[in-house]
Amino acid sequence: MPELIHLSAAELAAKLASGEVTSVEATQAHLDRIAAVDGDVHAFLHVSDTALDTAAAIDARRAAGEELGPLAGVPVAIKDVLATKDMPSTSGSKILEGWLPPYDATVVARLRAADLVPLGKTNMDEFAMGSSTEHSAFGPSHNPWDLTRTPGGSGGGSAAAVSAFEAPLALGSDTGGSIRQPAAVTGSVGVKPTYGGVSRYGAIALASSLDQVGPVSRTVLDAGLLHDVISGHDPLDSTSLTDEWPSMADAARRGGTGEALTGLRVGVVRELSGENGGFQAGVKQRFDETVAALTAAGAEVVEVEAPSFEYAVAAYYLILPAEASSNLARMDSVRFGLRVRPDSGPATVERVMSATRDAGFGAEVKRRIILGTYALSAGYYDAYYGSAQKVRTLIQQDFAQAFDKADVLISPAAPTTAFELGSLVDDPLAMYLNDVTTIPANLAGIPGMSIPMGLAPEDGLPTGLQLLAPAHADARLYEVGAAIETMLTDAWGHDLLSQAPLLKEAVK
Amino acid sequence: MSEISTDLVRHLASLARIDLSEGELQSLTGELAQIVDSIAKVSEVATPDVPATSHPIPLRNVFRPDEVRPSLTVEQALSGAPEREGDRFKVSAILDEEQ
Amino acid sequence: MAKDKLLDFDKAIELYEPVLGFEVHVELNTKTKMFCGCANAFGQGANTNTCPTCLGLPGGLPQVNEKAIESSIRLGLALGCEIAENCRFARKQYFYPDLAKNFQTSQYDEPIAFDGELTLELASGREITVQIERAHMEEDAGKLTHVGGATGRIQGAEYSLVDFNRGGVPLVEIVTKIIEGAEADAPEVGRAYVGAIRDIVRALGVSNARMEEGNIRCDANVSLRPRGSTVLGTRTETKNVNSLRSVERAVRYEIQRQAAILEAGGTITQETRHWHEDTGTTSAGRPKSDADDYRYFPEPDLVPVAPSREWVEELRATLPEPPMARRKRLREAWGFTALEFQDVVNGELLDAVEATVAAGASPADARKWWTGELTRIANARGVAADTLVTPQQVAELSGLIASGELTDRLARQVLEGVIAGEGSPAEVVEKRGLKVVSDDGALIAAIDEALAAQPDVLAKIQDGKVQAAGAVIGAVMKAMKGQADAARVRELILERAGQ
Ligand SMILES: [Mg+2]
Ligand SMILES: [Zn+2]
Repeated sequence: MPELIHLSAAELAAKLASGEVTSVEATQAHLDRIAAVDGDVHAFLHVSDTALDTAAAIDARRAAGEELGPLAGVPVAIKDVLATKDMPSTSGSKILEGWLPPYDATVVARLRAADLVPLGKTNMDEFAMGSSTEHSAFGPSHNPWDLTRTPGGSGGGSAAAVSAFEAPLALGSDTGGSIRQPAAVTGSVGVKPTYGGVSRYGAIALASSLDQVGPVSRTVLDAGLLHDVISGHDPLDSTSLTDEWPSMADAARRGGTGEALTGLRVGVVRELSGENGGFQAGVKQRFDETVAALTAAGAEVVEVEAPSFEYAVAAYYLILPAEASSNLARMDSVRFGLRVRPDSGPATVERVMSATRDAGFGAEVKRRIILGTYALSAGYYDAYYGSAQKVRTLIQQDFAQAFDKADVLISPAAPTTAFELGSLVDDPLAMYLNDVTTIPANLAGIPGMSIPMGLAPEDGLPTGLQLLAPAHADARLYEVGAAIETMLTDAWGHDLLSQAPLLKEAVK
Repeated sequence: MSEISTDLVRHLASLARIDLSEGELQSLTGELAQIVDSIAKVSEVATPDVPATSHPIPLRNVFRPDEVRPSLTVEQALSGAPEREGDRFKVSAILDEEQ
Repeated sequence: MAKDKLLDFDKAIELYEPVLGFEVHVELNTKTKMFCGCANAFGQGANTNTCPTCLGLPGGLPQVNEKAIESSIRLGLALGCEIAENCRFARKQYFYPDLAKNFQTSQYDEPIAFDGELTLELASGREITVQIERAHMEEDAGKLTHVGGATGRIQGAEYSLVDFNRGGVPLVEIVTKIIEGAEADAPEVGRAYVGAIRDIVRALGVSNARMEEGNIRCDANVSLRPRGSTVLGTRTETKNVNSLRSVERAVRYEIQRQAAILEAGGTITQETRHWHEDTGTTSAGRPKSDADDYRYFPEPDLVPVAPSREWVEELRATLPEPPMARRKRLREAWGFTALEFQDVVNGELLDAVEATVAAGASPADARKWWTGELTRIANARGVAADTLVTPQQVAELSGLIASGELTDRLARQVLEGVIAGEGSPAEVVEKRGLKVVSDDGALIAAIDEALAAQPDVLAKIQDGKVQAAGAVIGAVMKAMKGQADAARVRELILERAGQ
């Protein structure tokens, strides 16, 4: 029997349900794994000290014959962007260091209600601003495939935790790719749901009109199981959709049979496929091979154009900082968080706020707050924020036309494999461009998924395939994603993560 | 090309209540100028005939019934306060005029 | 602080035309706050009504209170406004410790109601119509208490304390267009305008409308234009003028202050000014400047509000009679003189008198009790008259007099008992034994005694000088401790005197 930590969430859940394994055993195995590798990986900012108690309580209820949910007893890691009553919630920022929220985010409450076992809080770029987790105030996370590289960002901690077998499941948040890009560069699966599909209540807001919470896992089915737990209408989030969502896990199971690809219309987005350069050769190669494999499997591959995508990154870097500058204004040292007095001069409340925000925010956060303040300031609104909102309309139109021709769209999930720690941290523009493939989905609100697409030949690191579906059609992503996952793993003869060098000794 | 000056950044920092050091002001001015140059192109395609999209999925009239929900306890509300006096949050003297 | 020079008011109006504008904030009386389910309630312990949303905790999100939208639409309709087919909330951004999120969720270029008007009737009978530019929804801030320093004011305080119970309470801000042509009536126009808003929100039932509790708060804009000029003068905005009388005084003060400056060749600074109730003066506040950059943008956590026309019409059908029309109707129905009616209106006793009449009292009696005895007691106690007794109790009291069971004097004692919570007028009469003595036997004994004590008076009466009976009535009433019906006493005296 493989170690408990190597089981998928679905496999583990089956063993828990049958009584073969207890939640305490599963939880202990993951805590042990965290203790063993997290010193190197640094996926976690906080490890729960009540996880075993939670697990024991669930075991007791199961033993008493209580009917429990499909993921009951399965451990889960939670991105630190989410408010948790029993664990500090810092969003990777010094300004919130040690902050213990008096409430749970809706998605966290749903995890608890479904009897998952929160293992701890995962590392992230400060306030989710970044693509490498290097902007965390608490030090970077490391990619389990190569500790000198980043696990992507902002949700590098969740992706690293899952790919390093520290947790079978994790929650992330995706504002411009923060679930999908880390999944791509760590060989895991990540899903950004349709905007409004999952509640944002209790998710520390970066950009309100872009943020979406979603699942991170090692298989498409696992992501679907977690998606089913967290999604659905929440009256506390006014942008929450009232859709009756079909089961994503069922969709993944349907897709896993492989029939979903026959006759499927797959659109390759020219602007996202590296036709214009800027993509790493190995990423492009694996993508082209995947396209060929899809054709071979009976899919109808068409090329689609999205001319406005050229403006997506620019629009994104106006909308995001504008909304973020406003959302982060509440970090003011009055009701919670850090308070710093100015070095000299009178400590008026204004000066205390300014000193606190100077000391508590990292460079990238300050950069984006100032940029957002500029974009919204009198006289600039129309040219910047207003124009960016119009670009958003154009991008939605491009997607609408593309989805006329295709059931799903595909592209590489990230233009490169994991980059070296420190290589882009001083070049914000280059870092921003890393999200070129993922940003359009956030601007349009449509769901996106990243699944492993093989290793780049030149560096042996994971590449990710991005799948996009129309708004509300999340289930289609799971069905097709699971089908492609089956197609690729069958071709490789193993799953991708078993290739990870750091993890090999544990995988055997 | 860009009009980002140190004075402008200083003004923005004061609007955003961040007490930037001179060094930070200098480096931010340069970075911001570069970033603004690269994102200003949104106005190229944002012609008057294009409507703005503020929310990716359009919804309207999302209301809550006027029914009381449980509030936090006072202790929960004040649990994160850097400073408190009694049941209220304590802040240093306020210099500015009230809005 | 140097004392402002003031120009004589009449002189000021002779030289300058006052131009006014008002921003009135009305606090809605919904059960919950604007954007969260916390109770919209006062007088509870600090920070008892807060949640992650109204406390601005990371992760908190707003949810719009439907009742607040409904109240805003009704108020907009009552002000003759158009109701937007589509409008949005926006964030008004500025840092202040009582503003939990450091932005106020408000409305900016898309208010829910706009383009209305309100006609005011001044004491002289002059009518003036104020154009309403907009009425928009927003949330209140928390409450600051300044500690230390001499004054308890913000200046000189050592530190401040914040209670967020009020943070997020729904407000409607009503903004007028500029008001021209008020001339010497300008101060009264201010008072009448705010009074009219108060009457409307009270009639609608959308606000508790108690100015003394801050349910209605007024910012008054005043500028002066030299006679013959077409250019608007620089305006000042006097903040938080929170009683009708203060609005009148503040407008008058600003006219006189600004006129003195202009008359001396000075210029007016565009600024906010603080109103000082105690001295009846204003003082300079924050200068308006280019630095006021609120960086408004549409609230991304909320979706547009698009009231259907059907809903708007449904709400229009719920509007009560406009207060001014109601006043005209009641004045005619009651047959009061303008002065008598004004007494009732000024005393804010229209509702009370109307209800008392409805409960069976005559309009004259109802007016007499409310503007007389009850107002006197209320003033002495510093409370509103309608908090002392109910209209039903006043009507009952009035009925007891009409039926001869009480004299006016006894009725005042009964009223005392009612106010003291001893029960209904009938119960107080019973408990205190205040009934008029209508037992002729006891009266006759007292009369005979009084007549015996004053034989000269008896002689006069018997001579036909019946008015002399007054002297005996006084003595009898005194002997009966006031518990006698004076008319009956008079009848009996004449009878005993053989007339
Ligand atoms: Mg306002
Ligand atoms: Zn609240």
